[in-house]
Amino acid sequence: MGERLLLRGNEVIAEAAIRAGCQCYFAYPITPQAELLEHMARHMPRLGRTFIQAESEIAAVSMVYGASGAGVRTMTSSSSPGISLKQEGISYLAGASLPCVIVNVVRGGPGLGNIAPSQCDYFQATKGGGHGDYHVIVLGPSTVPEAGELTMLAFDLADQYRIPVMILADGLLGQMMEPVELPDPIDPATLPAKEWATTGAKGRPPNIVLSFEMDPDDLKQMNVDLQSKYRTISENETRYEEFNTDDADIVIAAYGTIGRICKSVVRMARAEGIKIGLFRPITLWPFPSEPLTALSKRVDTVLTVEMSAGQMWEDVRLAVAERAKTPFFGEMGGIVPTPRSILNEVKKHAC
Amino acid sequence: MPRGTVVIDTERCKGCGLCIAACPKKVLAFSGQLNKSGYNVAHMANPDDCIGCAFCAMTCPDIAIEVYREKVPS
Amino acid sequence: MPANLQNMTKVFGRPESLTDAKFTYCPGCHHGIITRIIGDVMDELDIADRTVAIAPVGCSVFAYLWYKTDSQQVAHGRACAVATGIKRARPELIVFSYQGDGDFASIGTAESIHAANRGENITVIFVNNQVYGMTGGEMAPTTLVDQKTTTSPEGRDPSLVGYPIRFSEMIATLDAPVYVTRQALFDTKHIMETAEAIKKAFQYQVDGKGYSLVEVLSTCPTNWHMSPVQSNAHVAETVTKVFPLGDLIDRG
Repeated sequence: MGERLLLRGNEVIAEAAIRAGCQCYFAYPITPQAELLEHMARHMPRLGRTFIQAESEIAAVSMVYGASGAGVRTMTSSSSPGISLKQEGISYLAGASLPCVIVNVVRGGPGLGNIAPSQCDYFQATKGGGHGDYHVIVLGPSTVPEAGELTMLAFDLADQYRIPVMILADGLLGQMMEPVELPDPIDPATLPAKEWATTGAKGRPPNIVLSFEMDPDDLKQMNVDLQSKYRTISENETRYEEFNTDDADIVIAAYGTIGRICKSVVRMARAEGIKIGLFRPITLWPFPSEPLTALSKRVDTVLTVEMSAGQMWEDVRLAVAERAKTPFFGEMGGIVPTPRSILNEVKKHAC
Repeated sequence: MPRGTVVIDTERCKGCGLCIAACPKKVLAFSGQLNKSGYNVAHMANPDDCIGCAFCAMTCPDIAIEVYREKVPS
Repeated sequence: MPANLQNMTKVFGRPESLTDAKFTYCPGCHHGIITRIIGDVMDELDIADRTVAIAPVGCSVFAYLWYKTDSQQVAHGRACAVATGIKRARPELIVFSYQGDGDFASIGTAESIHAANRGENITVIFVNNQVYGMTGGEMAPTTLVDQKTTTSPEGRDPSLVGYPIRFSEMIATLDAPVYVTRQALFDTKHIMETAEAIKKAFQYQVDGKGYSLVEVLSTCPTNWHMSPVQSNAHVAETVTKVFPLGDLIDRG
């Protein structure tokens, strides 16, 4: 395995991208992901790869479109308002079936909000912030090491399914430091060639990257194909973690850094005799509905905890339906709830 | 025998008239014949005057005109 | 070959680098002339099999149908950023963007300026016909004073919406660009000069010299409510007074 380093979440995501063979990185500065941009600025040129600080968020995602269409691994990163700006570009990437990685280090919103951590972009990420019937794969890391692992996975999934993959992190994860063991780097030159990419039409018919079909029957087919791809991804790439759920009466549903905090809550509550577990989605799209539905049949309560007004809570309620109670506990404004405050909420619902 | 001649693809021609205006020898004119798209296509009204300069073809926005020139001028 | 052509040489035909597709442009629209020129240039420089064409949003959205090259159809205004992404990913490719007034000079303003300022080794073709064609004839940043469009029905009033923007002059103030020129197509002489300019712009990219912009004053007979011949005269007599022709920079 590779070296063991003490790194910030933002840096781990950047370094993992480099080791995954990211050839081109384009981004615009925004707090709280500046360290990601800075890491790429220092290291990409040194490795003969492309780093551009683009003139805007929109230009950055457009550069990603070009580089991805030309068949290389490429990434952009931003935080909530910047991701809002990128939505048209993301719709185009999804519509044109282009692989790429997009990192959202979520901050408080809406509007300018603040630079503290939040989970208020779940709807934007999973329900499609851009126009049209499309999805991107959304991965929610809960620790700095997991952020690195999921970034490497993101590039593989993107290429395998020709789909944008979003890393949904937050300002807390981006800024915290943990020891990480990073894998050996992949040389981009060893990645398999993409037959569909615009690499120059020598010796073959031209390749066209587009998301445009004037004939409704043709556009319907394009959409049918996308939906079929999304079903395949849902069947094969759903990821989640269950912690102490075997004999639980109450389960917390939480993702990202809140998922990690709630593991502590589960340990604290168990020490007080509460039969409690954690259901932690890792893919937010595809959302692990089936395992949550199965779990909800044998518990009384699924308590959703999020740093938002309740966004993943809607998907939890859809999966659980009437099988269990589905209360919610959230913090907005960039406030990170303490394990104690979450435990107090648990106690209100535990029998 | 004309020193040049043109072949107009009448299904590409949109009857825009630019070739007619460009021709220095007034060879071309609207034919009065409509193609499948309903355009009044251009034709050589005075074929003997064609010198094969290709001004018509250069301005044709539909690349509807091919131009030929004698190998040895008469 | 018909009998009357047997003693003749073909001196003008369809460029090899273009497909057989029929252009979807209006009768007399200059887009087709520019496309033909680009095809000829790709033939002469033998670059079609390593070129990527970028199709914008606008009348030329179907540009990916005209060239025997790889193409990317991209979001409105973003062609220069997409070109940047392609060229940085694969510097051996020849990359050109082809954009109209809205795409290049309105919604794409930032991308157009910054690709030029970074000196990206790409070729940008800017088709300036002072109006938005595809969407039905709205005012463009390049619309002339007093010109009537669907969104300036009384004529462009500079006290409300300013003056036509001379984008090439703005790009020419930057240090990085290698070749910035404005051309036109209203007669054979100018068509030939435009062809020379576009060839130079592509040659500079082949030689790795840097960023080129060729602005081509073009016609929109449909939204100018003029015949194609009248439209050519309008460019010759009126438009060139607002948008002067010639090379603004040639550092190649």
